[in-house]
Amino acid sequence: MRAWLPTALRGLLLLALLAFLVSPESFEPLLKPLVQQDAPAIYNHGSLLSLTLQHLRTVFIATAAATIIAIGLAILVTRPIGAEFLPLSRSLVNIGQTFPPVAVLALAVPAVGFGEKPTLIALFLYGLLPIFENTLTALTNLPRSVMEAARGAGMTGFQRLFQVELPLSLPVIVAGIRLSVVINLSTATIGSTVAAKTLGEVIIAGLQSNNLAFILQGGLIVGALAILIYDSLSGVEKLLTRRVGRR
Amino acid sequence: MIEIDAITKTYDEIAVVDDVSMVIEPRTITVVVGTSGSGKTTLLRMINRLVEPTSGEIRLDGDDNRSMPAHELRRRIGYAIQGHGLFPHRTVAQNIATVPRLLGWEKPRMDAKVAELLTLFQLEPEIFGPRYPHQLSGGQQQRVGVARALAAEPNVLLMDEPFGALDPIIRAKAQDDLLAIQKHFGTTIVLVTHDMNEAFHLANKIAVMDKGKVVQYGPPVELVRAPTTDFVKTLIGDAERPFRLLSVANAAAAVEPGEAEGEPIQEDRSQQDALAALLWSGRDALPVVSVGGKPIGRIKLSTLLKRAARLQ
Repeated sequence: MRAWLPTALRGLLLLALLAFLVSPESFEPLLKPLVQQDAPAIYNHGSLLSLTLQHLRTVFIATAAATIIAIGLAILVTRPIGAEFLPLSRSLVNIGQTFPPVAVLALAVPAVGFGEKPTLIALFLYGLLPIFENTLTALTNLPRSVMEAARGAGMTGFQRLFQVELPLSLPVIVAGIRLSVVINLSTATIGSTVAAKTLGEVIIAGLQSNNLAFILQGGLIVGALAILIYDSLSGVEKLLTRRVGRR
Repeated sequence: MIEIDAITKTYDEIAVVDDVSMVIEPRTITVVVGTSGSGKTTLLRMINRLVEPTSGEIRLDGDDNRSMPAHELRRRIGYAIQGHGLFPHRTVAQNIATVPRLLGWEKPRMDAKVAELLTLFQLEPEIFGPRYPHQLSGGQQQRVGVARALAAEPNVLLMDEPFGALDPIIRAKAQDDLLAIQKHFGTTIVLVTHDMNEAFHLANKIAVMDKGKVVQYGPPVELVRAPTTDFVKTLIGDAERPFRLLSVANAAAAVEPGEAEGEPIQEDRSQQDALAALLWSGRDALPVVSVGGKPIGRIKLSTLLKRAARLQ
């Protein structure tokens, strides 16, 4: 395959997505065959564009919080002071991943009410594990001779962390963030069961009124977002890998 | 001067370094040799406190090395290791400037130092300064590693098998470079190796370690002539002894007046090199010239044979 082809395909996907979000009506003929005679082919209870932006916002806030906590925790447990918290933090983060997001929603709603908040909690917990595990792996597998040289040169603990350990770990940490974002992009749709404004609203509306076109457009937008974000973060990762000189 | 005073390090009640005392003279190269597990690396790492001793004291120019925070101590002591340990995300110039930057040097002073060291190690500053470590060959990476260790002009340079990962040809070159650099800066060097040839090539004094103890510490000649234990004898190698004796003496020391035919040898080469030249060319004597190229006499094969014998 030619080198430019994947980039060209991604460009096309991005264009198609933007076109659909800005002017969904122009795609009506394409989706019309999927619905019964009088049913609407394009989601009509709100703007798809604003739903998409709100969806992204929810995912972004949840993943950002998960990133800060997961990296912080991984740094803590790889320092001598925090080493004994390693098993504890591992199990906490694992629980976050094993506990189904739907169950988190069900438990969170009585506590914080309907809307975006319970969704943020569920996504935050769900996103911790990949970032935590990746950061931990990166920080514990740094080249020994490099760490030895950093100590031997007289760097303090802080200087080693910020000048050597984190810069060298960055590509692997970004890979963790990428996994989290993609998982959360799809998981966020269930937030709409508790009245969060996400693209799940479109899918749920489609399921309730047996409207295949709704389900499809909700699903496709989420899918396209996931592919595009996954790819761009992969690009960032490659760039960082090259910058830390491993390749 | 480095005074190691009754230093002991135990891990789980096992003494890795066991009551070692030795004095390392300033501006000399001391090589610590021993088998793996003999405690030589641990001893070295206690000098810059990468390992804290269980008991005993190490004094640098009279001051206990625990009289300042460990990281400040390490900035004053050069440290070069096997596999160089260069920071892969920093350029060669940034790598070399590591310690000066930690010490807060001004940028012009730092840049000048980097350029000076790169030139000294025969690496063109404009070409190699901006490169990343992975763009260099093994020998170049190793040179940058030593340059980094020397950047803050330390009085003491600790080297842990610095040439272990190099091929024989580059290693010989690196050793000669090290000798030249030691002369240039007058640095006190403590080097750990398990390569006896390297030890004899570089050392003013050799310390032999076995099971955590220093079993012999003295000039190379002394180790050959009067090994204190069988371990030292084995380490030097029975068959190697006459050649080791010749290898640590300059050709100049065996010169006598007179003339000889054929290819001359420079006075600063070892007597072992002179012997090799004689044997290979089948001559009885060879002319010796000064470093400047002036004839200063000759070396006879019979002289060298006498010098290689146990008693002189």
